[in-house]
Amino acid sequence: MIALSDYLILGAILFAISIAGIFINRKNVIVLLMCVELMLLAVNINFVAFSHFLGDSAGQVFVFFILTVAAAEAAIGLAILVVLFRSKQSINVEDMDALKG
Amino acid sequence: MTLEKLIFYVLAAVVILAAMMVVTRRNPVHSALFLILAFVACSGIWILAEAEFLAIVLVLVYVGAVMVLFLFVLMMLDIDLAVLRAGFIKMLPLGVVMAVAMAAELILVVRAENFGLDKYAAPARHAADYSNTEEIGSVLYTVYMYPFEIAAVILLVAIIAAIGLTMRKRPDTKYLDPTNQVLVKRDDRVRMVSMDAEKG
Repeated sequence: MIALSDYLILGAILFAISIAGIFINRKNVIVLLMCVELMLLAVNINFVAFSHFLGDSAGQVFVFFILTVAAAEAAIGLAILVVLFRSKQSINVEDMDALKG
Repeated sequence: MTLEKLIFYVLAAVVILAAMMVVTRRNPVHSALFLILAFVACSGIWILAEAEFLAIVLVLVYVGAVMVLFLFVLMMLDIDLAVLRAGFIKMLPLGVVMAVAMAAELILVVRAENFGLDKYAAPARHAADYSNTEEIGSVLYTVYMYPFEIAAVILLVAIIAAIGLTMRKRPDTKYLDPTNQVLVKRDDRVRMVSMDAEKG
């Protein structure tokens, strides 16, 4: 049988890979958004695994809500990206210095 | 090793390899396609964990809608890849070190000693006529009714925000304003001229 730790380790590795992705693709906003999606997937794996092993469907309902919010986040994030590209002709993070932060 | 375990390990390997491809590919379109592969393999893992409804929703919503939106935006933008890849090699060691450290710490917490089968016994499989969708629906529309409605509002806000952000006035587009069309009076269009009839 598959143990709970197998699912959790898969989630942990996936989360770590997406952390590395954020480090090495730190200039490309669209790949950063994809890494965030991967992180959410890792978290969702944990939710589903715990829901399965504890016999509580609340975890699956939470995954449902995370999927909803992630879809909204992707839609708005990509809309911002399109507007940004229209004004700057680039999606490089280093070009986004209008606020002089 | 049972068949179930074999399927799990194959799918997990596909998820991890696809995730690695997502973060290391040069072309963002390839990254997006590997992300789709990761999602599909992950939905297989969720079916193994008896979350059939969510597995199907993952494929429908993520692969069918979100990733298509990603690809759509990727194809629309004319991205200069050379500039975006400039710091890749420089940041690679730091990224790998961070990932290994983070994975090691997390695995130390969730290792089999703490979350193994002896601590959390595998639950008995449901009968063939068990409906995962029905179970989620029975709590989603009762206990989680209020969050469910908030989620609906969030989606509405996302729709309006995405349209509002990307809409722009284009001076070269020709279009008719329906308000002005409706408000037109007879006098604006027709001019009555009284003149003598011509003599034939």
